[in-house]
Amino acid sequence: MEHYLSLLFSSVFVENMALMLFLGMCTFLAVSKKIETAIGLGIAVVIVQSVTMPINNLIFTYLLKDGALAWAGMPDLDLSFLGFLVYIGVIAALVQVMELFLDKFVPSLYNALGIFLPLITVNCAIMGGSLFMVERSYTFSESMVYGVGSGLGWAIAIALMAGIREKLKYSDVPPGLRGLGITFITTGLMSLGFMSFSGLTL
Amino acid sequence: MSEMSKTILIKPIFKENPIALQVLGVCSALAVTTSVQVALVMAIALTSVTACSNMFISMLRNHMPSSIRMIIQMTIIASLVILVDQLLKAFAYEISKQLSVFTGLIITNCIVMGRAEAFAMKNPPGLSFLDGLGNGAGYGAILIILGAIRELTGSGSILGITVLPTVADGGWYQPNGLMLLAPSAFFLIGFIIWIVRNRDNSQVERSEFTIASHTIEKGAH
Repeated sequence: MEHYLSLLFSSVFVENMALMLFLGMCTFLAVSKKIETAIGLGIAVVIVQSVTMPINNLIFTYLLKDGALAWAGMPDLDLSFLGFLVYIGVIAALVQVMELFLDKFVPSLYNALGIFLPLITVNCAIMGGSLFMVERSYTFSESMVYGVGSGLGWAIAIALMAGIREKLKYSDVPPGLRGLGITFITTGLMSLGFMSFSGLTL
Repeated sequence: MSEMSKTILIKPIFKENPIALQVLGVCSALAVTTSVQVALVMAIALTSVTACSNMFISMLRNHMPSSIRMIIQMTIIASLVILVDQLLKAFAYEISKQLSVFTGLIITNCIVMGRAEAFAMKNPPGLSFLDGLGNGAGYGAILIILGAIRELTGSGSILGITVLPTVADGGWYQPNGLMLLAPSAFFLIGFIIWIVRNRDNSQVERSEFTIASHTIEKGAH
């Protein structure tokens, strides 16, 4: 239990997807202008991340890993090079299925998250999460915790960023820095703040 | 080379740089620039993927039903990235370890997908290939500049060759450790955007609110 708690803590704060690993920056910069939309996107990322990560983990362990196909009578087969293609396929398919499911059964949530779901397919935080999961050879339960934690970390980062940007638009920024430039520098300062978590363990 | 293909090749490097002006594909630009060598390899990998994927997608552009074009594009890009990843693992294993997940993340890099949608779907294969090369080179240029600044100030060397002898080696330069950490990459990109936009004023964003002047002209005297 303690191990999972510490993994959750480190994936939310110490190894924050957006601020420490630079993943999902494109959407992070584009959709952080308003707090409501930022939180909506954040929730969508948490959901997608915590569903895709365990599924990709199962696919890697039982289909792609070196010798994983022993149950099918092919113990020498190593399909791990197909990983990239399979993960992005799984992510795209799952996002599509989730869109259909929400539209049919939870229309209120669909209306709130609808426009963000297609954006998530190309969010590198999701893809990066799956790749990290494989690289660090997480078990199934670890991948579940890591999925929730990394999604949550990204959501917190974008919500904080949107809060700062809502105030920042009233300030008098030098013309060349307006918009993107100052956003980058603010993100840098936030990342500096998150560095104070490094080295902390539960 | 005709005038048009030259513009297509050169324009994205200086005038319409994908990172500095369009802010596409910044994730990897921030993460792999702690040393010039890694940045160089990443730039070459991304350039070859963008150029080839642009060419192949352009070849298929008249045969793709528009409803499933995203999936076809994604498959082409992912296959090319797998190729690059396997080549790196075979011939430059150390660097591929340093790049870790970022070779795989070329798939979700907005530059590749963006150029496929914006250029390759409308233009013939030859021109699309050049456009891919140009955009890859524009991305690479920024990556190498960032890598050079960060490696020089962070560890006093470029491409592993010592330029500023550090205090630890008996020299005079006290390396700035912050430059190797995450925040400095954000600061540097912010400053590069500032410089680029100051030179080219058309890129400056309009502010949503302008601040009213502090005193009324008449009341000031």
